[in-house]
Amino acid sequence: MEFSELIRTGQAQAELLRGPEMPPLRGTLCVTGHHLLLSPGPQATPDLWLLLLRSVDSIEKRVAGDAGTITLRCKDLRVLQLDIEGVEATLDIARSIEALSSLESVITSFPFFYRPKGLRLGEAWHFHPPERYYKRIARETRAWRLSEANEDFSLCPSYPRAVIVPRAVDDDALARSARFRQGGRFPVLSYYHAPRGTVLLRSSQPLTGPQKLRCAEDEELLRAVLAEARPGARGFIVDTRSAQAAKQARMTGGGTEAKAAYPGWKRLHRPLERGRPLQESFVRLMEACGDPEQSMDRWLSRLDGCRWLSHVKEALSTACLAAQGMEWEGACILVHGAEGTDSTLLVTSLAQLILDPLSRTMAGFQELIEREWIQHEAPIFLLFLDCVWQLGRQFPLSLEFGEGMLLALFDHSYASPFGTFLCNSEKERCLCEVRTRTHSLWSGLNQPKEQRKLRNPLYVPNPLAIWPSVEPQSLRLWQGLFLRWTHPPEPSEVAWEKVWQIATDQKTEGSQPTDSASEPQP
Amino acid sequence: MEHIRTTKVEQVKLLDRFSTSNKSLTGTLYLTATHLLFIDSHQKETWILHHHIALVEKLALTTSGCPLVIQCKNFRTVHFIVPRERDCHDIYNSLLQLSKQAKYEDLYAFSYNPKQNDSERLRGWQLVDLAEEYKRMGVPNSNWQLSDANRDYKAAICRCSQPLSGFSARCLEDEHLLQAISKANPANRYMYVMDTRPRHRMQSWWATQKDIGRIIVRISSKIWNDEKIRESDGKKRLNAMANRAAGKGYENEDNYSNIRFQFVGIENIHVMRSSLQKLLEVNGTKGLSVSDFYSGLENAGWLRHIKAVMDAAIFLAKAIMVENASVLVHCSDGWDRTSQVCSLGSLLLDPYYRTIRGFMVLIEKDWISFGHKYSERCGHLDGDPKEVSPVFTQFLECVWHLTEQFPQAFEFNEAFLLQIHEHIHSCQFGNFIGNCQKEREELKLKEKTYSLWPFLLDDQEKYFNPLYSSTSQKLAVLEPNTVSFNFKFWRNMYHQFDRTLHPRQSVFNIIMNMNEQNKQLQKDVKDLESQIKQHKNKQTDGVLTKELLNSVRPESPALKTSLCLKEQTLLPVNDALRTIEGSNPADNRYSEYADEFSKAEPAVVSSEYGVARMTC
Repeated sequence: MEFSELIRTGQAQAELLRGPEMPPLRGTLCVTGHHLLLSPGPQATPDLWLLLLRSVDSIEKRVAGDAGTITLRCKDLRVLQLDIEGVEATLDIARSIEALSSLESVITSFPFFYRPKGLRLGEAWHFHPPERYYKRIARETRAWRLSEANEDFSLCPSYPRAVIVPRAVDDDALARSARFRQGGRFPVLSYYHAPRGTVLLRSSQPLTGPQKLRCAEDEELLRAVLAEARPGARGFIVDTRSAQAAKQARMTGGGTEAKAAYPGWKRLHRPLERGRPLQESFVRLMEACGDPEQSMDRWLSRLDGCRWLSHVKEALSTACLAAQGMEWEGACILVHGAEGTDSTLLVTSLAQLILDPLSRTMAGFQELIEREWIQHEAPIFLLFLDCVWQLGRQFPLSLEFGEGMLLALFDHSYASPFGTFLCNSEKERCLCEVRTRTHSLWSGLNQPKEQRKLRNPLYVPNPLAIWPSVEPQSLRLWQGLFLRWTHPPEPSEVAWEKVWQIATDQKTEGSQPTDSASEPQP
Repeated sequence: MEHIRTTKVEQVKLLDRFSTSNKSLTGTLYLTATHLLFIDSHQKETWILHHHIALVEKLALTTSGCPLVIQCKNFRTVHFIVPRERDCHDIYNSLLQLSKQAKYEDLYAFSYNPKQNDSERLRGWQLVDLAEEYKRMGVPNSNWQLSDANRDYKAAICRCSQPLSGFSARCLEDEHLLQAISKANPANRYMYVMDTRPRHRMQSWWATQKDIGRIIVRISSKIWNDEKIRESDGKKRLNAMANRAAGKGYENEDNYSNIRFQFVGIENIHVMRSSLQKLLEVNGTKGLSVSDFYSGLENAGWLRHIKAVMDAAIFLAKAIMVENASVLVHCSDGWDRTSQVCSLGSLLLDPYYRTIRGFMVLIEKDWISFGHKYSERCGHLDGDPKEVSPVFTQFLECVWHLTEQFPQAFEFNEAFLLQIHEHIHSCQFGNFIGNCQKEREELKLKEKTYSLWPFLLDDQEKYFNPLYSSTSQKLAVLEPNTVSFNFKFWRNMYHQFDRTLHPRQSVFNIIMNMNEQNKQLQKDVKDLESQIKQHKNKQTDGVLTKELLNSVRPESPALKTSLCLKEQTLLPVNDALRTIEGSNPADNRYSEYADEFSKAEPAVVSSEYGVARMTC
């Protein structure tokens, strides 16, 4: 298929409105296969790249007289308004954008065409496979092994080829356990907490159904987890649904682990919103953030009504619960909801950030995302980023990456020239040859010129667990993201630059004082 | 001292007000003439000044002892459990007496002795000199006698109280004065008169007064016509009513030439008091949900009031800067809302007030010398609780919001604001005692007490904002944006003593430390360079510089001090790190999980944390 078939009009004269403080920008609007750009004319500065068409969420068009207006709502929360000359041109451009932005096919997407200078294809793709994480664990314990039972994605299409499982359980048992779990997502290791020898596992719900079916291999797998950890170790299953929802899931073939079948494991229910309610919460928050004229009371009431910060609080406290179980109670933790693909990942990845100092480094965080967020549904990844931002605000020195990194991840997760967030599973990614035909986001982000934007200048390695406060007074709206386009925080960027200056002065002139500050405290 | 019945109680427990695990510290409680002191088993001391105590409550006896809850004006809330009820009762009674003094002379400032001699004390009081300040502003000049003006603009900020115009009274002298003020500004032919009160309140008041007016008119005509019966009685009544009716008012635009009248809508002290009360009730709730917090914040209306004050100040600044018009600001009495608006307006217009010293001057000028009734508003003495109001706290909060919006515009940081807030209530220094200048002079405060400012200046390293950029032209006049998004709950004020909510040490301190180290290192480099130069000059042949450097190194005093310094400056960073970042999960509300672990029996546990069910 040719993109040109979808482009009805490639060019039109247009004016971009840029808010009350800036004058509108006039120029020639061009639609290409992947981009929308505005060229301000021959004499002026280079073309202004408006956006990747994939990031267009919705498009509104209005015509009046012999001109029209197109309003583009983007997935990165931006709203662009373009006044276009000519009714025909307006409609044609709108139709072209609609067609191009809703292309389903992965291999026609921009990452497959993006070839920037200075980056080589295939670079950084093998930067963070599970094998790499396994090497780290193998140094600490012999209790776990790397299984390639999922080599051909037959056990679980949404798992990577290699997964980390208890050494005592063989691949056949894994296959049986996979059949007993929704989508084949059998319990696998997510994080090994070396200081206490405890582990964090994730899976999907067991398919007990109304007949309360059991699966010996699945039970054996979880028993082996406890046995390997420590004799008499206990385990906790953190179910991200309410007890009632979990019970109801039986009617549709799902369910929960029966108490008698899994000795040593206890179940805790911590309901977390996901899917539709979370999406609605997000939409309502964005509506509230889009109105600068509203009164204080209205704003507070909308902030309350959208419940977004409640979700942040619930997510963080559930993650803390899991982390606390591992760190303070010496227990093993299994997290799952229904499919085990959204809230589950949220909890496991946040728990790691709380406990694991390595995951708070630039490289460690990238690895964490690569490992845990192989796929994600829209607002849940944003909720994760928001929770990380809250951690960073409460522990300003403990994360090596700054707000810029979180914003970049948010942007790239919706529409990106890089292939990292393409496709929904490892399997699809292999089919599309994402790794050989696109560039990795990490190779883009790890270029030296990007560092000042992404890193936290105040970072000092902190070997301790970081326990956030989850009181509502301690949580704040992430203005840098939600108000990014309506209300840009300009002066704070200047201040950030100044912090960088002071911090880099420190590092070049001082005899690396950060190192001496980083020695582990007993 | 006669109020103190028990000076020491042992085995007292201090509860954390937000922890659900009933974790407590055990220690000894001491009662002194000025402070309540708790020393826990780790020898950590908690000092509470009696003057800071806003409320003492003795709760119902429990099995572990008698609970005593103390709420302080600096937003500290402590919850003690005293083992014996008798002791608790004694402490309770003593604190009731000690926290409310009847006479100024019993306040802490009159006994506080920081070991300074008289001349040092006097110098302390002279540190902030308003005559100097007016000189700095460029007045008096040909247009202005000693009064208030702004240096950069021809326009001026003036202040007064409301005119006692009633419904129709006029005063020619007042009209002339306003005209003179207006004419003193040749740049603009009109001036603004800002009434900081909300229009609707004035109008409803006006409506009721008009009725009275009509009645008076009717009575008077009746008296006039009705055979002058009981003329004297009638006149007396008439006068009283007329006086009452003339108690309030605002300028009638018709009577004053070239004024533009503007209401800006800041509520009165009673509304503000109850708003803060509501705010504190909300954020003091144990196990608060996000939803309750935001609906509580909305109901309290606190942020709405803060925004109103800020908007008024912006109006003022814009009138001066954009329109070049002089502004006369007033409310009813001219010492609460007027002080807020004038001082914030000055802060927006003049970068000098955003320095540490300038901020002190601003407080002296717009608050202390213009008669903000600190003693009544802060409840220093046992007086009318209806006079207490957080007017000054609101001002500090507005300043904090500005520092958040303009991180580089202020020389001082949040800690400075918190420290000043601490001392408006502490009565440790004389600055904020009394209700007006006259009262202060009568109390001989400058002879008997100390000024706060020199003590703050001595500690000014603590209050520096490392990001401050004094030269930035962009920040000469601040134009804050008051969209609702910009107003946030000031956690570090209202929870400054609640460790479990992580009122973390600000990033500022760390940056400040870095900055200091940078400076020190730069200095060291210079010292070493100059030493090398010296050595080079001494050595006539000028070779062997390499060895020379080596030989310099071991005994170089500069290097030695720099190393020591480095260790000293680094240690606090390191230490701070440990205390800040090494938080404890037991401090937080997800910690009752521990109980669930220890329970052997599977049960349905409904904790306050939400649905915490275990069905194993």
